[in-house]
Amino acid sequence: MFRLWSTRKGGDQGGVWFLAVLAVVAIAVPVLNRLVPASSAAHVSAFGITLIGKYLCYGMLALAVDLIWGYCGILSLGHAAFFSLGGYAMGMYLMRQIGPRGVYGNPILPDFMVFLNYKSLPWFWYGFNHFPFALVMVVLAPGFLALVFGWFAFRSRVTGVYFSIITQALTYALMLAFFRNNMGFGGNNGFTDFKDILGFDLHSDSTHLVLLVVTAAALAASYMACRAIVDSRAGRVIRAIRDAESRTRFLGYPVESYKLWLFVFSAVIAGIAGALYVPQIGIINPSEFSPINSIEAVIWVAVGGRGTLYGAVAGAVLVNYAKTYLTGAFPEIWLYALGALFVLVTLFLPRGIIGLVSGQSKERPDPKPVE
Amino acid sequence: MKHLPWGAQWLFLLLALWGVPPVHAQSSKDASFLSTLGELREASYSDKASIAERLSQTGHPSVRAVLTAFLEQRLYFRSSDNKIFIVKAADADPLNLIDPLTLKDAGSATADSMAQIGTNNALRSALRATVAHFSLSSPDAAVRFDAVREMARSLDEPAVTLLRQRLAVETNSGVKKEIATALALAALDGSDPRSRLEAIATLKQSVSQDVRNRLALLVDKSPDGSFVESDQQVRQAAAAAVKTIDRWRNFYSAFQTLFFGLSLGSVLVLIAIGLAITFGVMGVINMAHGELMMLGAYTTYAVQQAMPGHIGASILVAIPAAFCVAGAAGVLMERAVIQFLYGRPLETLLATFGVSLILQQSVRSTFSALNRSVVTPDWMSGSLRLNDALSITYNRLYIVLFTVIVFFLILLVLKRTRIGLYIRAVSQNRPMAKAMGIRTEWVDAMTFGLGSGIAGVAGVALSQLTNVGPDLGQSYIIDSFLVVVFGGVGNLWGSLIGGMSMGIVNNLLEPYAGAVLAKIFVLVALILFIQVRPRGLFPPKGRAAEDK
Repeated sequence: MFRLWSTRKGGDQGGVWFLAVLAVVAIAVPVLNRLVPASSAAHVSAFGITLIGKYLCYGMLALAVDLIWGYCGILSLGHAAFFSLGGYAMGMYLMRQIGPRGVYGNPILPDFMVFLNYKSLPWFWYGFNHFPFALVMVVLAPGFLALVFGWFAFRSRVTGVYFSIITQALTYALMLAFFRNNMGFGGNNGFTDFKDILGFDLHSDSTHLVLLVVTAAALAASYMACRAIVDSRAGRVIRAIRDAESRTRFLGYPVESYKLWLFVFSAVIAGIAGALYVPQIGIINPSEFSPINSIEAVIWVAVGGRGTLYGAVAGAVLVNYAKTYLTGAFPEIWLYALGALFVLVTLFLPRGIIGLVSGQSKERPDPKPVE
Repeated sequence: MKHLPWGAQWLFLLLALWGVPPVHAQSSKDASFLSTLGELREASYSDKASIAERLSQTGHPSVRAVLTAFLEQRLYFRSSDNKIFIVKAADADPLNLIDPLTLKDAGSATADSMAQIGTNNALRSALRATVAHFSLSSPDAAVRFDAVREMARSLDEPAVTLLRQRLAVETNSGVKKEIATALALAALDGSDPRSRLEAIATLKQSVSQDVRNRLALLVDKSPDGSFVESDQQVRQAAAAAVKTIDRWRNFYSAFQTLFFGLSLGSVLVLIAIGLAITFGVMGVINMAHGELMMLGAYTTYAVQQAMPGHIGASILVAIPAAFCVAGAAGVLMERAVIQFLYGRPLETLLATFGVSLILQQSVRSTFSALNRSVVTPDWMSGSLRLNDALSITYNRLYIVLFTVIVFFLILLVLKRTRIGLYIRAVSQNRPMAKAMGIRTEWVDAMTFGLGSGIAGVAGVALSQLTNVGPDLGQSYIIDSFLVVVFGGVGNLWGSLIGGMSMGIVNNLLEPYAGAVLAKIFVLVALILFIQVRPRGLFPPKGRAAEDK
């Protein structure tokens, strides 16, 4: 269907490997957690499950960034915002699920609202006690923001660095807004202290295992969807836009529509990633919006190799594994390492690790645009 | 490149000479002053008044301080050697001593070892008159001005007489006006309706909060519903005067808001000028710009540590030092990283972001993650009081001035010097510039160094406004990029107008929306503005514009 199993040139061998590894993770982690005794070195602890789940969510975010940056050349520094919006939508559902079990015991109002003297539930919280509604909002909130923002930006032909700068400003504005206590989103504490999801206890390992498998499945599905898009005819137009936007426009393609829908789709994937992230991590607060998160996501993609999709996921997992390890073992070193990674990858590895592995490290993914 | 540091240094040298305070010569009347002062110890209350009178006639520079201290019962003598001291606060133990001659700190002593030189009511009112009289005849207009204000708080018959006498000989218009206000306040309590109306007419010209409140009392109703003031004419005149005063006060407070906005805008402009060069002229998205500013701020800190005795001059030394440090860091960055990335602005964004992380962490490792305090020199603290409703803090004033100076210096460098010509030539048409024999690589490094150096200079200014810490740069970087994009990339004037208007709009919104919401409004407004004019207020023109 997506030429997935083809071995011809252009077939997605990397993708097959990627999906296979993902399947192995989804099967092996529960097995290693349940069946291997805690004393064994191969045992995956509860902490390990959360960690791997987190990496997979980041992988999905990287996938979203790669779709728009690697294939369409649009460097969005707003994906942390889409990720967080999805996370907040899920967080609102989880907050409503707490019900009367909060510290203040109010059956309707979440704790922070009682604390901040809210008399009744703000209108935008209605419906979030229903899981399907929350799921719709997980898609709609980032999707709608991306649609409106992208529609304005692409229509005005805001491109390149200008687009990066205003998406960054957007993220920053949202961060400041969510930090405000009277926005109705918990201010700088955000949402935390969740109890359960769909009736399953969020503190139990088995819930986390299920969430991990769901995340892996969502990642696989997003990957296949992205692959389908970039391999389709539309995908070729999108690449043409990346390499020579004006020419594509002169050939009669509605460049703005292509960009807009790709941007919205990418934002939705980021939102879903955020929604999966929140129940596993157990907290969402406004610092998730901070512009540095968007830039970090971009570097995951750059490290893995842009324009490959699976490379982005690999980059996200690798960089975050390094982050977990280094911030634990050598906290001083981490920022040096990350900084050096930014510099070295942009200078020496334009195709990332995937490029290094496949021996094409020198060729840049986007030759200087021809106009 | 050569021109700027030298030009800048000369300018700062001039600033330095201007900032050095004059040294007062010590008078030689110390001995007679001290002996008169000594008589206070054993004199009776009635004699003390005449001794105080004689003290004031010595004309010694510390008379006022001594008499004020006496009035406030802060004059003590040491039981062991009978030496007289002023103490900082009467109820402290140990007492902090001040030498009455030099007015410098003279150590401390336990309360037991010191005896107060007592006063009584009669003596205090005599002293008050003496101090007021003495201050009113001071050659320094500012002292006279303060004395009149002090007297206006509690007007009694002798004070009014004193003020009348002074008004006849006073030459300074500001002091004259203040005396007239004080006399009018006194006349308001009189009984003659004509002179009261005249007093209101005089008070109308004041913008002081005290005067306004005093007049507002005349309009008030008492709890039983009748007017406090029975004379209807006076009441109406007072109501009109309050309205006038309020109008002027509003005008001045709007002016103040505008000025605060300008000073906030100046900071943005100062940051954005450097970006306008690296981003506008070279097309490099320098995410480490904020960290170069941070380097400038830390340079200020280091310079202050190196010359602890000369805080006033340290800022002036820090400006060229910060320019050099940040500029050198910039040149290093350009040679090591950025020169390989020209024409790929998105990748410069990533690489320089990496550099910014490294710079942050290295500062954190060398100076610790805690904030460092940079001392504000005396000539930058305090405020310039224009009238009762309007005062402008010196640090804001200097930052506005400094921004204007830096802005025009840069403009001068770009438009009138050889290196400026090279920079413009390379940014407009690189191959052609190369063909004309310009060493484009060298020009690139110098341009980037120039932009970075200005970031360092902005850091010096910021060190006077906010905490100096490793995160200093991050908080400004998004704003400053917006300023550059808003103004029009590559256009210095655009950055100036963009930054100033952003600052002013932010400050105008703040009272209504609060600081955070005002900021959000400004960000959203800018995002929308860029949709309407993607190339900013003053878009780059010509063929070169199309490549960017």
